[in-house]
Amino acid sequence: MSSPHLLVHHKDDNVGVVVVEGLSAGTEMLCVVTEDDSDFRLTATEDVPIGHKVALSDLSTDDTVIKYGADIGRMIAPAVKGAHVHVHNLKTKRW
Amino acid sequence: MTNSDYFFGYRRKNGRVGVRNHVVILPVDDISNAAAEAVANNIKGTLALPHAYGRLQFGADLDLHFRTIIGTGANPNVAACVVIGIEPGWTQKVVDGIAKTGKPVSGFSIEQNGDIATVAAASRQAKEYVHWATELPREKCEIADLWISTKCGESDTTSGCGANPAVGNMYDKLIPKGVYGVFGETSELTGAEHLCKARAATPEAGEKFLKTFQAYQDEVIEAHKTSDLSDSQPTKGNIEGGLSTIEEKALGNLEKIGREVKYIDVLGPAEEPEKGPGMYFMDSSSAAAECVTLMAAAGFSVHTFPTGQGNIIGHPIVPVIKLTANPRTIRTMSEHIDVDVSGILRRELTMSEAGDALIDMVVRTANGRATAAEALGHREFVMTKLYRSA
Repeated sequence: MSSPHLLVHHKDDNVGVVVVEGLSAGTEMLCVVTEDDSDFRLTATEDVPIGHKVALSDLSTDDTVIKYGADIGRMIAPAVKGAHVHVHNLKTKRW
Repeated sequence: MTNSDYFFGYRRKNGRVGVRNHVVILPVDDISNAAAEAVANNIKGTLALPHAYGRLQFGADLDLHFRTIIGTGANPNVAACVVIGIEPGWTQKVVDGIAKTGKPVSGFSIEQNGDIATVAAASRQAKEYVHWATELPREKCEIADLWISTKCGESDTTSGCGANPAVGNMYDKLIPKGVYGVFGETSELTGAEHLCKARAATPEAGEKFLKTFQAYQDEVIEAHKTSDLSDSQPTKGNIEGGLSTIEEKALGNLEKIGREVKYIDVLGPAEEPEKGPGMYFMDSSSAAAECVTLMAAAGFSVHTFPTGQGNIIGHPIVPVIKLTANPRTIRTMSEHIDVDVSGILRRELTMSEAGDALIDMVVRTANGRATAAEALGHREFVMTKLYRSA
């Protein structure tokens, strides 16, 4: 298998993690779900640094973000499929 | 691969096995640091452990101070110990605590003597200990004689993908062989507390965890917070690395205990495990040096430290083994990393292979290989303070 650009922990997740440096907008990413080793393709809509998350589907404000199959917070701004998801549009529900 | 069924260590009188053989000069209090450091400067092969506290503490905070100081001296990685305090009472209390292990320990107090005479007498004793300790041989020991702690730091999303589950894989393989394990970082389980409770071996241990977690939330976070903590948990480094929320960080954190392991008890800070081999949870700060210091004081002899962005921590008496899956950290900070598991992200390395690589490094480290942190001189020894002194 060639090296993935994006890893997804769980099949229910709606975000994945960029695992290569210098990922640029327009890259057709190879995405691997580590839970079952399945893969799919997704185009990044913006430059995303290594370790940062990408939306796997269109996410609206107040949508719950799922990673490891669990709730990691809510969207406070929308993100389209392939966009960067981080502190600018995702926040804990706790604090 | 090194054989992972045994290693060569220093068997102590109390049956515990050390992987290092330090002669430690231990100050009881902050104002005895200068004398301790002078002794360590006089006598080569000794190690002073200066720290910031030990005066006018009281109650649970004082208990924790003594538990940390005595536990550090009692750790099997310490062959012998010279204790120096400002006055004889608390100095003797520390000596008596460490002496229960059967190891050589002597106390010196400064009042009525002054630094210079104290340093002279303590130096003569330390020199004798160095001669004695340096003749101790390493012996073949079962892998079950290892007590392995873990705490992650400067985590990022690659920690949850690679380095943390590699530690978990190690525990899944070594806990069944009879090693002791411990994980902690109470605040960093926020958002994963119910998943953590579910990993208890018994309902009692699960309830004890949840009670500990809730007490931390109520007594520390709620009582002292001035903001929503989003600037501290996750940290700036975590955020730079892509972690957005405390829940995301907590779920990655919990990957360190693997798939199978269940913790058998919940320990207070620096508390020694008393329920036999297996995994423990320790109520502890998530600040790296504080957490590793507490785990070392509980008797843990080797520490595995997964990092994302590149935490550089070490400890004076416990070797801290760093691993990372972040290829940028490998590229920019390789001198701090003992085990490179970045192949996990490229799907070149399976999680089981990464766990085996870490076990191999744990055994080599136990046999005497200096870690990156040891070679670079990282000796962070940091007391946890519960509240202001009197």
